[in-house]
Amino acid sequence: MIELRDVHKAFGANRVLRGVDLTIPKGTSMVIIGGSGTGKSVALKCVLGLISPDSGLITLDGQDVTKGDRDAFLARFGMLFQGGALFDSLPVWQNVAFRLLRGSLKRPLAEAREIAIEKLRRVGLTPEQADKFPAELSGGMQKRVGLARAIAADPEIIFFDEPTTGLDPIMSGVINELIREIVVEMGATAMTITHDMTSVRAIADNVAMLHDGVIQWTGPVAEMDASGDPYLEQFVTGSAEGPIEAVR
Amino acid sequence: MTLLLSPLAALGRSVLAGLAMLGRIVIFALGAFSHILRPPYYPREIGHALLQIGWLSLPVVGLTAVFTGGALALQIYAGGARFNAEAVVPQIVAIGMVRELGPVLVGLMIAARVTSSIAAEIATMKVTEQIDALVTLSTHPMKYLVAPRVLAALLTVPLLVGIGDVIGILGGYTVAVQNLDFNAATYLQNTVNFLELRDIASSLAKGAVFGVIAAVMGCYYGMHSGRGAMGVGRATKSSVQAAAILILAANFVLTGVFFSV
Repeated sequence: MIELRDVHKAFGANRVLRGVDLTIPKGTSMVIIGGSGTGKSVALKCVLGLISPDSGLITLDGQDVTKGDRDAFLARFGMLFQGGALFDSLPVWQNVAFRLLRGSLKRPLAEAREIAIEKLRRVGLTPEQADKFPAELSGGMQKRVGLARAIAADPEIIFFDEPTTGLDPIMSGVINELIREIVVEMGATAMTITHDMTSVRAIADNVAMLHDGVIQWTGPVAEMDASGDPYLEQFVTGSAEGPIEAVR
Repeated sequence: MTLLLSPLAALGRSVLAGLAMLGRIVIFALGAFSHILRPPYYPREIGHALLQIGWLSLPVVGLTAVFTGGALALQIYAGGARFNAEAVVPQIVAIGMVRELGPVLVGLMIAARVTSSIAAEIATMKVTEQIDALVTLSTHPMKYLVAPRVLAALLTVPLLVGIGDVIGILGGYTVAVQNLDFNAATYLQNTVNFLELRDIASSLAKGAVFGVIAAVMGCYYGMHSGRGAMGVGRATKSSVQAAAILILAANFVLTGVFFSV
């Protein structure tokens, strides 16, 4: 279980997180929604330790994430970045097997390649793609490679940062389905941030809306449409009228 | 009064900012060295950096050195002729190339070629979240990206300087023998006899220091790049500027250390 308690983070005068409280039960899929610049990525990066919160507590299974063995902590995570964040200088299979080629999870080269190809197959890519470089792939394929890399070491927890941004609706649907299948099949705890309401409905068990630096509403995805929360309603319907100020 | 003091205040702020920046760079460099000394090591990354910084810089270093050595011979001959000292061409070319021009020009060419490339590559990795991805994959960016490049520069730039020195001297030799009617054997004999071990040691030591400066500047500005294409461009420009200035400043200090009486 991942818990955020009263997490604050500011960048200069810009107070991005103003006391975020959020619980993600083990084995569930939490989707965080909210407008651009509301701090969704910052919250996610705080959990991973990529950004240090100014105050507050983040725990994983009751342990403070800032304490203990960092390598062991990170070995429990997989992460799909918004732009894929694939390493340009490495072929696709080495991107996928990156964690398996070095560090505590290191495997023999042939075994690492075999696992990488298996994971590529799992996300719908053929072994022929394995020796290509990321720049030779389309945006959708790069996203799939990123997904394969995120699940390569069979992590307990997977984070997805805007998994469908920049993809056409069909490819978005494919990625959403893949994420849902993988999370269910692996029994992983998932945390996704997105603006895409189709993704929310496809991926989420629970939804949390981040607005003005705090969690405005959280609950099961089934209750999202009848939440009665004006902020969430405006976001879900995509209305320009409502409590969330739209810049025109 | 305020009007008079405000330029001084601005100067003071700039000096303090410069010193703070220098401090951050020194801490960054010390961090890089601590990662060079501690496992895990990434042989593939080190090999790649050796190839990029050392081997692939050879053509530019060779061309710079050969033209500089040739021009130096012509200048010394023309200048020496004013007081009948044309015969000192081999000695001055040798000392000029080995003590100063070899290390400085190689250092500056490395700053132009390697520092810019390192800064642009790492800055792009930062902008596209590849550095965050490294962290989530349990890989320390200082160890994976910075340490191999600094180590490769430390090892290869002295060699490049040595090669540049030899090629520069050969450039001067070729011009002197072909155009200025010097005797080939005497020219080489004079060169070898004139150079001291201290000259060669200072040249190679300068190469090591300049190499480290070039790599550290590229890595530092890359890792601290701003967002977007503008951030990458600014990081690249600043890294080359800072590397070039620090190389020239370090050259002054090292020349003082090696050759002050």
